[in-house]
Amino acid sequence: MGYGIKLHVWGDYACFTRPEMKAERVSYDVITPSAARGILESLHWKPAIRWVIDRIHVLNEIKFESIRRNETESKLSAATVKSAMNGKTSNVRQIVTEERQQRMTLMLKQVGYIIEAHFEMTSEAGATDSPEKHYNIFLRRARLGQMFQQPYFGCREFPANFQLIESEQPLPPSDYAGTGERDLQWMLWDLDYKANMEAKFFRAVMKDGVIEVPNLSKGGK
Amino acid sequence: MSTPINRHEFTIFFDVKNGNPNGDPDAGNMPRIDPETGHGIVTDVCLKRKIRNYVEVTRNGQEGHNIYVSEGAVLNEQHRQAYRALREEDTDKLKELKPADKAESYKLTRWMCDNFFDVRTFGAVMTTKINCGQVRGPVQFTFARSIDPVFSQELTITRQAVTQEGADKDREMGRKHIIPYGLYRMDGYISGHLAQQTNFTSEDLELLWAAIENMFEYDRSASRGQMALRKLIIFEHSSVLGNAPAHKLFERIHAESVPGVPARDYKDYHITIDNADLPEGVSLIEK
Repeated sequence: MGYGIKLHVWGDYACFTRPEMKAERVSYDVITPSAARGILESLHWKPAIRWVIDRIHVLNEIKFESIRRNETESKLSAATVKSAMNGKTSNVRQIVTEERQQRMTLMLKQVGYIIEAHFEMTSEAGATDSPEKHYNIFLRRARLGQMFQQPYFGCREFPANFQLIESEQPLPPSDYAGTGERDLQWMLWDLDYKANMEAKFFRAVMKDGVIEVPNLSKGGK
Repeated sequence: MSTPINRHEFTIFFDVKNGNPNGDPDAGNMPRIDPETGHGIVTDVCLKRKIRNYVEVTRNGQEGHNIYVSEGAVLNEQHRQAYRALREEDTDKLKELKPADKAESYKLTRWMCDNFFDVRTFGAVMTTKINCGQVRGPVQFTFARSIDPVFSQELTITRQAVTQEGADKDREMGRKHIIPYGLYRMDGYISGHLAQQTNFTSEDLELLWAAIENMFEYDRSASRGQMALRKLIIFEHSSVLGNAPAHKLFERIHAESVPGVPARDYKDYHITIDNADLPEGVSLIEK
């Protein structure tokens, strides 16, 4: 892992929705490896590389707040669009006053993490894709604040600020330093997009604010 | 005319006077308040609703400006059939896409983006099994927060009529929640790459700014009180990827109330924008 990176991310709110509680969303206690991967991909990603999360540092105290919002109940069906494209007078729209659902979100407040990650080359990598190239593109973008899209904490209304931690730079302190072990129970690791979007879980244990993330992409459960 | 856009960040300040900017369904429609700090909150979806309503009212039936998530009351059905056919220039792209169902799903989302302003701007999720059934819009809104803690007041009102016929009483009482005054700030983001994907152009961007500037003018009601947009500050980057971290740009904007008295007017606030030594490739626009 010669090309590991450390990225400090922080924001006002976050919601890393537990898959078992997603109608009325309830967040996990901390960021999931899959959400952390999404943040890195918003900065830089190509089919030639795959981000692997190694470690997550939890900097701030875990605090929750709830918010209830009016949401719509259904998604747009592809069949409706198709018939409208063919000139039928079908009505493509959602009327919120008729499809209103009030849903709660139990979200995290004032979050801050350090994501430690590296990337692996995939079979899509071409002749011009060297690890050095992608590593340097990522470093340049993270330093300059450049991105493909603004990264976010689970939902797009919760933006993530980011700053690169250079290799010799000290890490920001964690509220959980010296607090020992805390079992965060089973958490989503990531989805396996090749195996029909199968979800993979891992037992998250936070030790002095640091969660070691296993690499489940090479077998293992 | 309509050209692709680069990355933008923007901050808006809006205020409310004797009104309820956004009711909390969990708290009997009282204004939303952060329970820890007392700051007022207006959700992202609340403000996006107003953008959609503005476009629906002002671009009534114009090609490419339909609104997918609608309140329904604004238009009648005949006006909604001005759909745009798939543009020719896309057919080349379509041929490259395989397998067939992926290409079709691309076609569907393309068509939705072409016809619906809100899909092009904020995105939408369609029920197709393939990943591109989801459109991520370039424009990202966040929660708006008040600069200072807000004070929510409950007013009891009466009306000289009853709802049910034959009731014994001859008047009813109701309640209204108002905030005497609150100045709110929201930060937003526009991704240049996602704009390219949904074909959100500079023309759409101008409409978005107009919608933001006027969103409260078309949203008068008994509960809202007086709401107004006070400032729209835009950071325009000279490249698609951007030229500076977003949080550093937002930190240049600072709002503060005059100490000592409770703020009751926009005049009680000072907004300062540090436009000295802007990072190279970032320009600041105030509207």
